[in-house]
This record gives sequence, structure tokens and C-alpha cells, in this order.
Amino acid sequence: MPYALCFLLFMIGLYCAVVKKNMIKIVIGLAVMEYAANLFLIMLGYRVGGVAPILDKSFLKQPTGQVAPTEPIASFINTAVDPLPQALVLTAIVIGLGSTALIISMCIRIYEKYGTFDITEIRRLKG
Amino acid sequence: MKGMTIIVKTIASWVKVLIFLFGISIILFGHLTPGGGFAGGVILASSYVLLMLAFGRDFVEKNLSLPAASKIDCLGAFLFALIAILGFAFGGVFFVNYLVKYSQPLRLISAGTIPLSNIAIGIKVGASLFLAVLTLSIFRLRQSTEKKE
Amino acid sequence: MTPTASGLLQSRASPCPLPIFVAIPLVTAFVLPIFGKKGKAAATFLANLATISLLVLSILCIGKSDVYEVGKWSIPLGINMVLDGLSSLLLLAISVVSASAMLFSARYMEQYTAKAKYLSLFMLMVAAMNGLVLSGDIFNLFVFLEIASLTSYSLVGFGCEHEELEASFKYMVLGSIGSSFVLFAIALVYGNTGALNMAYVSKAIQSSGLNAGLSFALALFVVGFGLKAALVPFHAWLPDAHPSAPAPISAMLSGIFIKTLGIYALTRVVFNIFGISATLGWLLIVLGLLSMIAGAFLAIGQWDFKRLLAYSSISQVGYVVLGLGLGGLIIATGGNVAWASLAILGGLFHLVNHAVYKALLFLTSGSVQMATGTREMRQMGGLAERMPVTRAACTIASASIVGIPPFSGFWSKLILVWAAIQAHFYWLAAVIVFISLCTLIMYLKVQRYVFLGELPDNLQHVKENKGTMLVAMIFLACLCVLMGLLVIVPSLRANILDPAVKVLTDGLAYSANIIQK
Repeated sequence: MPYALCFLLFMIGLYCAVVKKNMIKIVIGLAVMEYAANLFLIMLGYRVGGVAPILDKSFLKQPTGQVAPTEPIASFINTAVDPLPQALVLTAIVIGLGSTALIISMCIRIYEKYGTFDITEIRRLKG
Repeated sequence: MKGMTIIVKTIASWVKVLIFLFGISIILFGHLTPGGGFAGGVILASSYVLLMLAFGRDFVEKNLSLPAASKIDCLGAFLFALIAILGFAFGGVFFVNYLVKYSQPLRLISAGTIPLSNIAIGIKVGASLFLAVLTLSIFRLRQSTEKKE
Repeated sequence: MTPTASGLLQSRASPCPLPIFVAIPLVTAFVLPIFGKKGKAAATFLANLATISLLVLSILCIGKSDVYEVGKWSIPLGINMVLDGLSSLLLLAISVVSASAMLFSARYMEQYTAKAKYLSLFMLMVAAMNGLVLSGDIFNLFVFLEIASLTSYSLVGFGCEHEELEASFKYMVLGSIGSSFVLFAIALVYGNTGALNMAYVSKAIQSSGLNAGLSFALALFVVGFGLKAALVPFHAWLPDAHPSAPAPISAMLSGIFIKTLGIYALTRVVFNIFGISATLGWLLIVLGLLSMIAGAFLAIGQWDFKRLLAYSSISQVGYVVLGLGLGGLIIATGGNVAWASLAILGGLFHLVNHAVYKALLFLTSGSVQMATGTREMRQMGGLAERMPVTRAACTIASASIVGIPPFSGFWSKLILVWAAIQAHFYWLAAVIVFISLCTLIMYLKVQRYVFLGELPDNLQHVKENKGTMLVAMIFLACLCVLMGLLVIVPSLRANILDPAVKVLTDGLAYSANIIQK
């Protein structure tokens, strides 16, 4: 059920990117689409009643620091939230940031040249 | 881009050091706590962006100019590529973690090349985001001078 | 000499570690901004050295197959890079086109100001495309797809004039939508199969079958990669983006970018991971037909030289997708595998051919634009005696793309028509021949308006361009002539083209080869 809501958010972003006429609103629509995909990825890794996937010193048995597969480790693995989607989302957020920065700078340049943010007036290329 | 009032300037000059230190700690402890190279780099860049908002773009540009930030950017990327290539030289495969045998788990100096990669990424991301915001603010300068004419 | 022990596809290992295809252009891209304004000649020389060394390395990797585990982490835990027949064919195409475009841009980009930035963006794009064809992990493919897309957005708008910025913005919006679709589909795949490595995903899909989530992911993949490959109805960005880019970037974009990001990724996902089915085969055939017909008809009415070439790209990419879809349909309905291999061979050979001659066409259009300062064909004419090398190169490329023997385009179209007839799709063969006639019309128009006729008064001063631009054009023209030999000479075909065809006809055996259980 939350997954369907994520897809609804994605579709809202798509609607905004396709229908709106102001360039900045189109950029916001693209950003909402990317964040919806990231949210979907994170929710995939969730486990109800889960623990954050961070090891700390309480899992070490011996003072020399040898980590042995003992009881705390097994219960940790069974209850921890999946860390792989979190790494994927970190990468995806970086990519989204770069893409948004690039498209915003493109909007600024277009405003300098054309004097407007309205895409219906930026139509020199036709055919 | 001009600066803000005297209150903002005073507080910003106190807080910028704390933000910078916080960013460095997020980078260095990246293999133990959440964060790592990218998040720490963003925090480093945000300390400079705070200065830019409070004092104006020219002040910050005298401190860390565009070509210097660009060179730091390339330096960060080089360090990262160097770590990967040294993995090839020592371990036979790119990106192999060749320092992990010298470390004990769950301490600050551990996990081999991962903290070094975090530092390289932190430098690169910090410099890149600073450059991005600096360049965007240059556009704004040009546009406002056009509007005045 | 190979650093890994597990999962070799065949017993022929590659002569160099696979990440070097990504490492060389990446390191070059970060060295180049240091040169600044004073060291432009050194920067250009270094960039050309990098692309030519990539060309040599990719020639050495022909017909080899290898699996490289990055960081020595074995496969479900780590990321691997896979070189098989399809990857080596595309690697060869990428390095040929990028080497010629880089040679061309040594002289062409003198008219722009920020040449060092252009060179490093170009090298980043090459690094990302190399990484994309070599990646064995589906999220890694997405990361390289994004790197390549972001660099191409900035390269399209490089000149910062009105039209270039508008074209780049439109391209960026549609490209970001496509990338978001791909990311959502990857998330769906991970949620349903629990793996990201392509071999493991394929194994999980084979054992569990396609449920609703995976079918939806497949549809999202087709839309996302179709947006990148500019298949009709997702082609709206291409006729604006390709003419506005500088000429070597148009050559790269039309020549290999849409094919690597769109068609290679689509075939890898559809044939090797999900497994081809009859509906998918028909879908690809329909998309290919739409692209062919729409591209050809819209191209005939164009008066802008590069815009005509861009619409013609849409049409020719339709040929490739048609061949691949026909082959997939024959495999999925249990037909004769020999006919399917023939159709896929036609599609893949057409892909490589189109890379070479479309790159050559865009380079000649850049040469004409640099000499005359315009792209409008009605203002040109009679350039044949002033620019003989450009005219000869353009004629050879036009003859190839139309399909006149003995140039390379003839053989690929012949194979496609033959495969369609063998599989009893006579109407498909008729459409292919008809669109070839439309292609003939549009290139006759190009020849007549640009090169024949009389020289207008304001163009009396034009003369032939010199230096590396000519070298690049002559190199590609020779390739156009010689590439027909790739199918005729059996040993060349067996080493270069057949492994690629085998990867696609084997389909789901990809995962068994890599996991090697």
C-alpha cells in the first residue's frame, strides 16, 4: 500500500513536469519525481520493528576486537533494516542534486537570453 | 550579491567554524556512523555558502577564488583515482582494500582505504558544491546589472 | 594474467583489466582542467592520446570475454564488470566514433571559448559510456547512464546561444524523466528479486516467473530507455538537441550515445535479464516501424542540414530496433534460430554501420558549417568544387546510409530484408525497402542543395578546412567503404559480429555463464 502511494507521488511529479508552463515549476516536478523514486527505494528496505544497521562495540566479545558470529550478531542480522537501498539512495540523491543544479543554471541562462520563464514563449526551434 | 545586517555577520563568523568542524567529523567517522564522504562534503560547502550569504560574494571570492576551488576539486578526484589505482598496484584488482590487514575493527583508524576514500570524496564534493553556488551567484550579478541598464 | 578466477565466460580472457576503459578517460578528464587557457594545445594532445589509446585497447579486446570483480568482492556482494560479445562490439564502436570526433574537435572547437572544459566533459562522457557497456550490475548501469546524460546535457548547450539553451533545456527535462523511470524500475526489480547483479536478477526471474511488479518494471524500462534512445513516441527532444550541439558532439550523440544508452541497455535488460517474449518482440517491432516511418517522412521536409540528419537518425534507429524485435519474436515463438540470428545480425550490424556513417555525416555538416557559417540548405550551393574532401566524404556516407552497394549500409539492409522474407514477414520487408527509398530522396536533397548548383555570392570566400578535421573525415569514410567486409569475410564476422549475436540469441544463458555454478 505505501508503495502505491509512492507511485502516485511519482505520477504527480510527472504531471507537474509535463503540464506546467513555468520553467521553475517543471524543475520542481522533476525533483518530485526523483524523490519519489528515492522514497520507494528506501521503503523497500524497511522492516517493521527494525534496528538501524550500524554495528557498535557492544557486538565485540573479546577486547582484541575479533568479531565472532555469536548470538547478538545473529539477532542483529534478523532485525536490522536493509542497508543496501540506503547506499543506493545516497548515490541517487547525489545524482539528483547534480541534475537539479545543472537544470537550474540552464534556466538562469535562458532567462538572461529570452527574458521570461514561460516555455510557451521560448519556441524558436520548430518543425 | 551584498551581505546582510551586522547581527547575521557576527553570528555567522562564530558559527562557521563549528559547521566546518562538524563536516570534518562526519567525514572522518564515515565508516562508523552514518554520513561519510558525500554528506560531510555538503556540510563543508554549506559553511562557505553561509559566509557567502552573510558577507556577500566578493568577500568569499577573495578568500577562496574560483580557480583555487577548481583545483581543489580536481585534487579530490585525483586522490580518489589514486586510491583506486594503488589498489590495482598492491592487490591486483582496482579498488581492493589493501590496508584492511593493518586495522582493528570499529576504531577510528580501521577499515583500510574507506576513510581515505571518504576524505577524498569529502574534499571533492565540498569544492564542487561551493563552485556551483558561486557560479550561480555570478549569473545573478550579471542579470541585475542588465536590468539596471 | 586475468585477476579473477571465477566465472569466465569462455577461456579467452581480456588482455587488460576492464576498469581501465573507465579509468583512462576519467583520469584524463580530471587532469585536463589544470592546463587552463595557456596549455590548450597540450590539453588537446593529451585528450587525443587518450581516445586513440582507448581505440587500440578496444581492438585488442575483440572477441574476448571476461568477468572482472571490482575490489575482489565476489559476485552477489560486489560489483562486477562483464565483457562479452555485445560489450566488445559496442566498445569498438564507441572508441572509433569518439576518436574521430576528438580528432575533429581539435580544430573545430577553436571557435568556442572554453575548450578545456569541453575536452574534460567529452572524456567524462566517453568514460561513462564505456562503463555502461561494461557494467554487470544494474544499478551501476544506472549510475553510468546518469553521468553520460548529465555530461551530454551540458555539451548540447555548450555554445550558450538562444537555440542551444532551449534545446538543452528540452533535452534535459525529457532525459530526466527517462532516468527517473529507469530508477523506479530498478527499485521495483530490487524489491521483487532482492538482487542487483544482472546475473542474479536473471536467475531469480527465471525461477520465479514474471509477477505484476516485474512486468510493470519491464514496461517502465522500455519507456525509460526508449526516451534515451529517441524511439517514436519519445523522440521529441532529438530534433532540437542534435542540431544545436557542436558538430563533434552531434556526431557522438547521434552516432553512439542514443545507441549505447538506449538500445544496448534495452537489449541487455530485455534479452538477458527478463527474457524475450512474443509481446516484447511485437512491441519492439511496432516501435521500430513507427520510428522508421515517422523519422523518414519528417526528414524529407527539412531545410536545416543538421535537423534533417537528426530525423534521419530517428529513422535508422528504427531499423535497428526492428531487426532486434524481429529476432526476438522469432526466438520467443519458437521459430528457426538461424532466421533469428540473421535478423539480430542485421540489427546489430546496422547499429555499428549507422554509428560510423552518421558520425561522418555530422562531421561533414560541421565542416560545412565552419566554412559557410550557416546550416540552412537554401543558402548553400555549389560547394563541390570548393570543398572536395568534405563533398567526397558526404557522398560516401550518403551512399552508405541509402544502401548502395558496395558500401556498408547496403549489406545491413540486405540482411534485414532477407531475414524478414525468411520469417515470412513480407510486409516488413516491403516497408524496409520503401523507407530506404525515402532515405534516398532526403539525401539526394542534401547533395543537390549543399554541394551541387551554383555558389551564391556571399559564399565566394569559402575554402576547404584543413588539418585534423580532414583526417577524421577520411578515416571514417574509409571505414564506411571497408565495413562491408565485416559480413562478407567469414573470419571477421565470426570474431566480431557473431559473439554479439550469440549473446542475444542465447538470452537467459547469460546468467548461467556468469555464475558458473
